[in-house]
Amino acid sequence: MELIVNGARTFCYTGGKPFDAGKPTIVFLHGVLNDHSVWILQTRWFAHHGWNVLAPDLPGHCKSEGEPPKSVEEAAAFVLALLDAAGVQKAALVGHSFGSLVALEAAARAPQRVTHLALVGTACPMKVSPALLENAQQQPRKAIDMVNVYSHSLLAPPPSALGPGSWLYGGSRALMRRVLASNPQVNVFHRGFAACDSYTGGEAAMAQVQCPVLFVLGKADAMTPPKAAQPLQQKARNGRTVLVDGGHAMMTEAPDQVLFALRDFMR
Amino acid sequence: MPGYSDPGFDTLAVHAGAAPDPATGARAVPIHLSTSFVFESSDHAAALFNLERSGHVYSRLSNPTNAVLEQRVAALEGGIGAIATASGQAALHLAIATLMGAGSHIVASTALYGGSQNLLHFTLRRFGIDTTFVKPGDIDGWRAAIRPNTKLLFGETVGNPGLEVLDIPTVSALAHEAGLPLLVDSTFTTPYLMQPLELGADLVYHSATKFLSGHGTVIGGVVVDGGSFDWERSGRFAELTAPYDGFHGMVFSEESTVGAFLLRARREGLRDFGASMSPHTAWLILQGIETLPLRMERHMANTRKVVEFLAAHPFVERVGHPMLESHASHALAQKLLPRGAGSVFSFDLKGSREQGKKFIEALKLFSHLANVGDVRSLVIHPASTTHFRMSDEALRSAGIGPGTIRLSIGLEDPADLIDDLKRALKAAEKA
Repeated sequence: MELIVNGARTFCYTGGKPFDAGKPTIVFLHGVLNDHSVWILQTRWFAHHGWNVLAPDLPGHCKSEGEPPKSVEEAAAFVLALLDAAGVQKAALVGHSFGSLVALEAAARAPQRVTHLALVGTACPMKVSPALLENAQQQPRKAIDMVNVYSHSLLAPPPSALGPGSWLYGGSRALMRRVLASNPQVNVFHRGFAACDSYTGGEAAMAQVQCPVLFVLGKADAMTPPKAAQPLQQKARNGRTVLVDGGHAMMTEAPDQVLFALRDFMR
Repeated sequence: MPGYSDPGFDTLAVHAGAAPDPATGARAVPIHLSTSFVFESSDHAAALFNLERSGHVYSRLSNPTNAVLEQRVAALEGGIGAIATASGQAALHLAIATLMGAGSHIVASTALYGGSQNLLHFTLRRFGIDTTFVKPGDIDGWRAAIRPNTKLLFGETVGNPGLEVLDIPTVSALAHEAGLPLLVDSTFTTPYLMQPLELGADLVYHSATKFLSGHGTVIGGVVVDGGSFDWERSGRFAELTAPYDGFHGMVFSEESTVGAFLLRARREGLRDFGASMSPHTAWLILQGIETLPLRMERHMANTRKVVEFLAAHPFVERVGHPMLESHASHALAQKLLPRGAGSVFSFDLKGSREQGKKFIEALKLFSHLANVGDVRSLVIHPASTTHFRMSDEALRSAGIGPGTIRLSIGLEDPADLIDDLKRALKAAEKA
């Protein structure tokens, strides 16, 4: 469905069920150069198990208009505005990678509005190497290939988002190329990475969070290795961690494990 | 960054999609000859049917052995996923039936396998899908043939049997300007010789019966989605961008930004048309793919020697292989197919139709049959077999004369193949 957020048309995937503000709401936030479709399986499951799902394309990404966020803080403000636009007072927030920082910052800014916070493939700080930042700016297709390799860990993944027979390296690469091409004005790849790299408020934000926190970390994650989440884990007052058998793209490499972790957390 | 996380082609040919079996430790891919798969619970069953979770339900829709093959071919082609089908023709039909219905139109190359030509020229017309044929090198012709109801451009990487090389970068660019996808039959070249998706094609399919399998044992096909085509931006594909009544109003392009084609092809095409592959067939094709790089290298080395021999033989009128400067696609082949333009090609004898017949009958190592891409060398007379339903004009358009002979060069000792051809040419000359 489409919502108008900060004056811009915003696409939200609802998991195959109509939006119903009467149900508890769960918001899924994607990472850099991704869109809502990285959450296909998990969002469909929650939508058909009593939840109201909002999985937006972030502003300026794919089906959503608007200025792509320049910082984690700007993206967090967007998330709260999204809840307002949807008429949702309280929601669970789930974020992947850059989206995890956005969810964290949103939960810190409005702790009374966030019932659960799930950080999938997170790190604090989430530094990006200068070489990768430069390539994202100057040679984005080369940088996409680099990120794609760092994000995957399995040559024989289980049946995934497109069903059995999906080749996840190819799927992620095609999605990143598509998202990059979706915004001819702004290089959302470089902008997203720069936002990750410059965010320094993670630990302070976690101190503000009041709801339970789940860390879902990939055992083979080369982008955000499990140990990189430690500063946040140490600050979380009510945190728990689930390690899954996958890399950074764990929603597709370990779709069931990620789903079960989220399902058990949201109960 | 060579290694497990960024493997090269030869490594993917052996490992993509396959890991030791978690239940038994089996290292080779097991053959899962099971029609169906047990649900963990009622909720698991419902979630699988409703596509909230991914897994196997029934082998017409998916199967663990087939999934390995699908992942492997998708990996070798650089695609996002693949669907294995009962034959190459089933793969072509699945691609077309997923993208269009009655009232639609296709622009296709004239240089097609006879079976594909039949499907487009005769059979699909019965179902209201019309096709305009253009010569593969006629770029203006491709552009001019596009209509408001066109849904697809379609050609072969190298035409059968004349080996006209399709200028994929150019044809895909004009297709994309018109908001249309390009489907390519890559059977003759395999991903070892060319990766059409990287050159601009959007969908690729194979008759896996041929080089992918390589051993002449099974019939199968596979269609690969590159995930590159933007169905929503095109505006021509309500099949993928509007709610689908056949699956609770699912909008495939919302479910997956890049995988809408594959979603519908499996969830409708395999479900309803049912042209799925046997797991045993998938397993045999996997055995072939493990040695694809080695076999293709040898196919090409042998082909080079045989082509050189034939081109120098006084009883041979013409050899139609792009490795020769005399071939119309020579320059394009150098650019798009640096490893070679395939081991299936045709040539013309200087003799009569009867002498052509004598030539084929005198061969001993070459087998006279209707297939290509086997480890064994093969021979056939296209005008009376694979392309016999085509008119003389259509045959000429496809570069086939009444005396044209097609060879598929196998993996035997090249000296033995040349000796076989030498003897048969002598016998034909005397006839």
